[in-house]
Amino acid sequence: MNSIILRVGTQYLCGLLVLFSLYMLIRGHNEPGGGFIGGLIGSTGFVLFALACGTADARNALKVMPQNIAMAGLGIALLAGIFAAFFGDALFTGQWLFINETADSKGIPISTVLFFDIGVYLVVFGSILSIVFAMEEEI
Amino acid sequence: MTWTLATPLVLPFLTAVLAFLARYGAAGRWFSVAGNAVLLAASILLMVRVLDQGVIAAQMGGWSAPFGITLVADYLSAVMVVITAITALAVSVYALTDIDARKERLGYHALFNILIGGVVGAFLTGDLFNLYVWFEVMLISSFGLLILGGNKDQIDGGIKYVTLNLISTILFLSGIGLLYGMTGTLNMADIARTLDTVENQGLVTVVAMMFMVAFGVKAAVFPLFFWLPAAYHTPAFSVSAVFAGLLTKVGVYALIRMFTLVFDGDVAFTHQILLWVAGLTMVTGVLGAAAQNDMRKILSFHIVSQIGYMIMGLALLTPLAVAGAVFYLVHHIVVKANLFLIAGVAERTAGSTNLDRIGGLYKSAPLLAILFFIPAFSLAGFPPLSGFWAKYVLVAAAIEDQGWIIAAVALLVGLLTIFSMTKIWAEAFWKPHPEGADPALSQLTPQARRHLLIPIAGLAAMTLVIGFSPDPFVTFAKDAAAQLLDPTAYITTVLGGKA
Repeated sequence: MNSIILRVGTQYLCGLLVLFSLYMLIRGHNEPGGGFIGGLIGSTGFVLFALACGTADARNALKVMPQNIAMAGLGIALLAGIFAAFFGDALFTGQWLFINETADSKGIPISTVLFFDIGVYLVVFGSILSIVFAMEEEI
Repeated sequence: MTWTLATPLVLPFLTAVLAFLARYGAAGRWFSVAGNAVLLAASILLMVRVLDQGVIAAQMGGWSAPFGITLVADYLSAVMVVITAITALAVSVYALTDIDARKERLGYHALFNILIGGVVGAFLTGDLFNLYVWFEVMLISSFGLLILGGNKDQIDGGIKYVTLNLISTILFLSGIGLLYGMTGTLNMADIARTLDTVENQGLVTVVAMMFMVAFGVKAAVFPLFFWLPAAYHTPAFSVSAVFAGLLTKVGVYALIRMFTLVFDGDVAFTHQILLWVAGLTMVTGVLGAAAQNDMRKILSFHIVSQIGYMIMGLALLTPLAVAGAVFYLVHHIVVKANLFLIAGVAERTAGSTNLDRIGGLYKSAPLLAILFFIPAFSLAGFPPLSGFWAKYVLVAAAIEDQGWIIAAVALLVGLLTIFSMTKIWAEAFWKPHPEGADPALSQLTPQARRHLLIPIAGLAAMTLVIGFSPDPFVTFAKDAAAQLLDPTAYITTVLGGKA
């Protein structure tokens, strides 16, 4: 499809969608959202890119092969899940680290749950894009 | 306890990541073989534990049931995980030769192991929504495998496969939503416990039907089977072998699990429908096969007809019948995966799987002929091969339950199966090759022969073992059936004592 409106629109929308997807990813910790929906939203940004400018440009913009992103995500999610075992907990038990913890504040909480969600985000993002790119190139 | 249950689930994903990292070299495929060998060891360990303790459960993430995700293994789950690992190992050895470097670079081994992870997850989970997630994992990875390095046929089959499976998924998800609305829980044991107290039992039956259709698509039962013969004959032989062996059987497993544990309230209605479905599935599958002329298409239709036997066992719902279904599941996975692997060797040596274009395999490749004979005639139910005992138990259960018609249908379909197997035997093995070729195994390099024939021989040996000493397997199946029909132990183990 060669439409100047779509191409110009995509320039702005793609970045916005990826940004929004990251917001959804972080928000998912306590409210609706999370890695799965975040990955879906993020991938629509690049799907739009591929529709407007072709998959070759979209692949260029992405720089990394989508399959690699998906498998990296799977690795991260897996490590985040197994991490609990090193502390003798059941698999996938959240492990927490509180940065700058004081008596009345928990500081900045970092958890394996977050890393698991980031992994899920990358798996969804990468696999959706590999499928869509492959289908686009086939047709 | 957590580790015994979680290891078979985590291993395939670990293998997938390693195999993906090494996809440009030979190491990737060996990671896959090694990973699946370890998976087999882990699943046998699981089996030993289950035999020792009956039902075992583990709560993931330290959230106790019914709030967290529970992994649970009873006899049925454990034996399914073991048989999955055996199939995965056999296919990953076969893939050493069968899958070319191009498909490996596209990530074949990673997708394959993710698929195995999804299958194991579906067998081990005790949570309904988690079951849905594993179905999705299987769907995405199997779609990837189906269209990998795709030609037109593959894409065509893949689209049909995915479309119909997505419909099934939507129904499944809606059913889960309704169940959650009625019971307020997603834990299967907890649903089973609370479903009787739901006021609107009519809605429960509606939801049961939604699940029946959703899993029916996955299991390829009548009238929802047509995606299967459209898709299974297109991809690489390793892929169709693992699909044929495992994928539909996950649907059957889910049906057995849900319709023994959860939906056992209105048996007269739901299981009567299942019985009709079983009979029609057997007949349409076997008739469809009779009309085909391609080895893989014939075998694909036979998957459909064999699924009917398993559903029949579930529909009769007597201890002997359910035992027959469990026995049939195990026997069928081994035999069916093996037949697709053999079809792959036939194509490699004789040049095609179209029965008109091949022949002469008996004369020039007698070893392959013997290896084909064992699973093919086991499938048809020749004594004393494993399929005979599977059919025997089911027909005996039907007669015991005075289901004369279904017993007659099962026997008739058995006869027609012999017809199809004889057709493959006569066309591919007996008649001379139409182009006068001499399709000997020696055309293959010694290395290829090892990779292709060792898994086939191993699976054939399993068929023989089950056939010649069926007693321990039948006893095991009866124990599994007893657990399924009286899920008290399952429920108390999952919920940690609350019954």
